[in-house]
Amino acid sequence: MNITINPSDGVPIYRQIANQIRYMVASSLLEPGEEIPSVRGLALRLKVTPNTVVKAYHELESAGVLEKRPGAGTYVKAGPTPLAKQERDRIIEQRIDGLLAEGHQLGFTADELLEAFRRRQEAIDRESKEEKGDREHG
Amino acid sequence: MTESMVEVDRVSRRFGSTVALDEVSYRAGEAKVYGLVGANGAGKTTLIKHLLGLFRAKSGSVRMFGMDPVRHPVEVLQRIGYLSEERDLPEWMRVDELMRYTQAFHPDWDMAYAHQLLDTFELDSGMKILELSRGMRAQVGIVAAVAHRPDLLILDEPSTGLDPVVRKDILDAMVRAVADDGRTVLFSSHLLDEVERMADHVTMIHQGRVVLDGTLESIRRAHARAQIRFGERLDQPPEIEGALSVEGEGRSWSVIHNGATEPFNASVARHRGEVVQSRAATLEEIFVARVGRAPSSAEAA
Repeated sequence: MNITINPSDGVPIYRQIANQIRYMVASSLLEPGEEIPSVRGLALRLKVTPNTVVKAYHELESAGVLEKRPGAGTYVKAGPTPLAKQERDRIIEQRIDGLLAEGHQLGFTADELLEAFRRRQEAIDRESKEEKGDREHG
Repeated sequence: MTESMVEVDRVSRRFGSTVALDEVSYRAGEAKVYGLVGANGAGKTTLIKHLLGLFRAKSGSVRMFGMDPVRHPVEVLQRIGYLSEERDLPEWMRVDELMRYTQAFHPDWDMAYAHQLLDTFELDSGMKILELSRGMRAQVGIVAAVAHRPDLLILDEPSTGLDPVVRKDILDAMVRAVADDGRTVLFSSHLLDEVERMADHVTMIHQGRVVLDGTLESIRRAHARAQIRFGERLDQPPEIEGALSVEGEGRSWSVIHNGATEPFNASVARHRGEVVQSRAATLEEIFVARVGRAPSSAEAA
C-alpha cells in the first residue's frame, strides 16, 4: 500500500491517509477482503504518531470502508460499500469537470460534448464488435 | 481519575535578567506523543530540566507521576527515559559499559532489547563513546533512554543536527514506544513538519510563555488560512473579524484567522472583499501567526 503524506500541505495527516485508502479502494488498487498494514507498520513507514493511523483507520471503519477483525488485523470490507460508490462519483465528476472546462476552452457546448460522447461510445462498440467478428471468422 | 504524568503549575524561571519561563502551566499524560515547539531559547529545555528535577522550581510547582522530581529523583527518573540535546554521555566508557552502567539505575532494564537495538543500528558495543560520530551518539543515547521501557520518554530536540538515516532511527524509536508499549513520548523540536507528523498534542512556547496548547486537531480546527481580494487597492491591512495575522498588499491579502469561517467571510464581505481561497492552516503558518516568525528562522536571533 503506497501512501505518501505531505505534512505541510494543510490537510491533516490522518485525512491524507484516509483519503488515499479511500481512493485505492474505489479504484480497486485495494481489493475487498485484502489486509491493510497494521497501525504500527504504517506509522513506522510514514514516520507519524501511531494515533494518527488509528484515527484514519477508525474513520474508515465507521464509513464502512475497512473492518477490524479481532486479533487479526484490519481488512478492506468485502462487497461494494456506499462510500466506494460516492468515491467513484467523485472521481468521475472531477474528470467530467476537467473535460467540460477543456471543451469550453475549445468552444464546445455541453450538448455538443454529449453528442461527441455518444459518437465515441458507438465507435468503440463497433470496433470491439468487429474485433470479436475477426476472431470468430479468423 | 487517572494520575497525570506531568503536572507543571505556574512555574517561572529567570537566568539573570532573562526570563526563561514565565508562569508556565503544562500537563501531559496518556499514551500519546506530546510536542513542545519553539525557537532555540524559547524555554523548551528549561521546562524539560524542571520535569527531570535537574532544576528546582523557584516559583510554582512540578509534579511527575504525582511526585516532586527534586525530592524523589530515583522514583521519578526510573520511570523516565531521557535523551538530552547535547547527548552528554560519559566519553571514556565503551558502549557496552554504558549499557551496564545505565542498567544499574533501572531495575526494569531489558539487556536483550538494548542489544537488539544496538544491532539494528549496527553499532559496535566495544567502541568508546569518544570515538562515536554525532549520529552514533544519538543512537546510543536513544538505546540508553528506551531499554528500560520507561512510562515516559523525553527527547530534547531529538533530530537536531542528525542525518536523515539516524533521524529515522530516532523517530522509529518514538513510534515503537507508543505502538508497542503504549508509552507516552514528550519531545521538543523547532522543526514544525516533524511536530506535525509526530505529535498528538502540541504546546507552542515563545519567550518563556505557553502561547498555544492543545491537541493538534483542536489547534488546527481553531485556525484557517484565507486568500482574499478587494475591489480596490488597500494601503493598510484590512481589519477583519477573527483575523490573527494579515499580510499582503494592494488588492490581495492572505489571512490566518480563528477558523470561524462564516463570521470571517461575512466580515470580508462587509469590507467589500471576496474570499478567493480558503484552506486549513499548517502548523508553521499557525506558529508564525501567533509568534511573528518561524521557529527555525528565529534561531539566528
